[in-house]
Amino acid sequence: MAYVAIADRDHEIEHHDPQTFITKYIWSQDHKVIAIQYGITAIFVGLIALGLSAVMRLQLGFPDQFSFINPENYYQFITMHGMIMVIYLLTALFLGGFGNYLIPLMCGSRDMVFPFMNMLSYWVYLLSVVVLVISFFVPGGSTGAGWTLYPPQAIMPGTPGIDLGILLMLGSLALFIVAFTMGGLNYVTTVLQARCKGMTLMRMPLSVWGIFIATVLGLLAFPALLVSAVMMLFDKLLHTSFFMPAISSMGSDPGYAGGSPILFQHLFWFFGHPEVYIVALPAFGIVSDLLSTHARKNIFGYRMMVWAIIAIGGLSFVVWAHHMYVSGMNPYFGFFFATTTLIIAVPTAIKVYNWVLTLWEGNIHLRVPMLFSIAFIFTFIHGGLTGLFLGNVTIDLPLSDTYFVVAHFHMVMGVSPVLVVFGAIYHWWPKISGKMYNETLGKWHFWMTFLGTYSIYLPMHYLGFQGVPRRYFAMGNTEFMPDSAQDLNAWITMSALFVAATQVLFFINIIWSLMRGPKSDPNPWDATTLEWQTPDHPPKHGNWGHELPVVHRWAYDYSVPGCEDDFIPQNVSADDAPAGRDHGGAH
Amino acid sequence: MTIALGFLAIILATLLGWLLKQSFNTQPWVAETVGETAHQGPLGTNSRLIGLLTLLAVVSSFFALILSAYSLRMELGDWVPLTEPQLLWMNTAMLVVASLAFQWTRNAAVNGQRSRLTPGLLVTGFFTTGFIIGQLVAWQQLQSAGQLVTSNPANAFFYFLTGAHAVHIAGGMYVWGRATFKVVLGSDDVAAIRRSIELCAIYWHFLLLVWLVLFGLLLST
Repeated sequence: MAYVAIADRDHEIEHHDPQTFITKYIWSQDHKVIAIQYGITAIFVGLIALGLSAVMRLQLGFPDQFSFINPENYYQFITMHGMIMVIYLLTALFLGGFGNYLIPLMCGSRDMVFPFMNMLSYWVYLLSVVVLVISFFVPGGSTGAGWTLYPPQAIMPGTPGIDLGILLMLGSLALFIVAFTMGGLNYVTTVLQARCKGMTLMRMPLSVWGIFIATVLGLLAFPALLVSAVMMLFDKLLHTSFFMPAISSMGSDPGYAGGSPILFQHLFWFFGHPEVYIVALPAFGIVSDLLSTHARKNIFGYRMMVWAIIAIGGLSFVVWAHHMYVSGMNPYFGFFFATTTLIIAVPTAIKVYNWVLTLWEGNIHLRVPMLFSIAFIFTFIHGGLTGLFLGNVTIDLPLSDTYFVVAHFHMVMGVSPVLVVFGAIYHWWPKISGKMYNETLGKWHFWMTFLGTYSIYLPMHYLGFQGVPRRYFAMGNTEFMPDSAQDLNAWITMSALFVAATQVLFFINIIWSLMRGPKSDPNPWDATTLEWQTPDHPPKHGNWGHELPVVHRWAYDYSVPGCEDDFIPQNVSADDAPAGRDHGGAH
Repeated sequence: MTIALGFLAIILATLLGWLLKQSFNTQPWVAETVGETAHQGPLGTNSRLIGLLTLLAVVSSFFALILSAYSLRMELGDWVPLTEPQLLWMNTAMLVVASLAFQWTRNAAVNGQRSRLTPGLLVTGFFTTGFIIGQLVAWQQLQSAGQLVTSNPANAFFYFLTGAHAVHIAGGMYVWGRATFKVVLGSDDVAAIRRSIELCAIYWHFLLLVWLVLFGLLLST
């Protein structure tokens, strides 16, 4: 029996629409509902992490002014802030949120190929979040080992949360990995198998490419985190010595011997570096589409962009030890990894050039999504350049574990992808909700966020040069920390609190739009991609009504010469294209 | 980390190489009618198989990474190689029989020989359960011989590797259970049953392969 593509046997497949409230909105197998569930959960837990960062900044900016912040809970805040932001917010939002929403719609399919497993992936993710949040409330509190959870300290007395907090953290991560694997199987299989007729891989929008390659990275890299988490659980619960060397703790011998803390670091960063590309690649893909749509211009060098995403994905597995230059590992490793790190900068830089060239002589509409996209280019260049400094071993030696590193990774992970998240939410808001947001409020949100985050992180680099160490509760009265550095810390704190408060504007806009906002056009941005061509707005279950779309062109037919419209949707055939209609002269 | 990197190199070379081949020599900006670009359609096989193969890549990555950790840890001074219980040979034999039985069952399903499915599935289930029980008995034997998980890193890895493998077998038993249930209850959904058995058979052979690699490595180190 020859294989018939999913898109070609659509009429034979039985389509059952959910009927009850529970099956439509709670135990839903519809990718759009699951995407929103992921999004809401991720943003909710992200707000918790934002609150934690505000408290951390209070201590750093105004040391010892707040009695409820002490060294123990400061480390708990750092750890939970980092872990939540990187994994439970960014990864979940880009892959679970945007991946789930966009992949079937942009590929022209009715849903993911394994809808039940998709639903299950969300609920396991939610469970992982619940387990993580519970760790705040158990005796001893959450773990304070840093998001990197380095042994031996992570499970030794002196670090907060070694009774239960670390166990809940590791358990929560294991659950997240299970959830992500289930989701990842869906994204990969749907992209490979469920594209509609005519949707070749090279006609897919870059958003899908970014999410797809990021998923592949995740499926291969998350096992490293699972292995290291299980081995650490063994060390903690069963008293093995995978990572634990012979060590004296609090004056007594806990009985470990022979283990290797560096082994953990290798395993963790083998996961940890691809993880940052799991966050960055979807952002790269999405921003390409935002720039293209709002500049009315095809993305410059689409094929190069695809190859760059693939190259970055592959190379991301061989740069991990640039996080370990000061770990005491073999110095020759440093040489190798610095080389690969600089090599990975090449496809990344190519992408930056292509984004800029997309804007060049484009018909730029400075709408809110476009503003966020341009801001992404600024902040990503900034963060990426500081990464080049850190990628070189000799320069990294004095900068490691200083605020230079903190500024770098916040720029590339915290600011740039989050700007893309906002841009993407504003861009797709009309599709998701059927309503339009308030443009003025959006612009205020943008400018305050963009300028505010620069105000936080630009000065932070100087603290790094100064040598101010990260993960310190207080600097004390040391000579290398002049008063001006403390003043700078205070300024950064004020900026951070300002930016955190500004986010209220975003939520007001969203809520106002849902309750009172004007109904939007089905395709308010005149975009070419398939998700804007659905028969219903917002799309109903099954997305496409009776007939799946058929695709005839790539996703970037904007401002095509000779065409009366400045865009041609993907599902418009060569015969029906506006230029075609002009043949013969008469309108 | 060489083992993990080597495995990754194979997987990424295959996948990324295939993706690059799909993208080479294309001119995406040229609109054309559907037929000419049909070669970039879906892979000519069903989605569940793609899903399973992706899962196998993830599981392989997981085991490759444990083995990388194993080889790194082995180099540190306190390693004392473990003498594996002889029972493991018997367990291996049971897993081989289970795989063979599943292959036989799979062939029966493909050829529409409905009557063979029940005995085939039950034999597979019997020997697989025997494998899991055998592994637990082997653990017990080690415990009574004083070879605890904390005695030595070689021991710790033994328990970790065999435990992880057994957990994956148990997961497979869940799917086996659903297929067996359907068959025994006389379900009409022949296509679904056949698909399930085909995929399960692949999964079983994969886990047998993993076990052979693990067992070989444990024996020789």
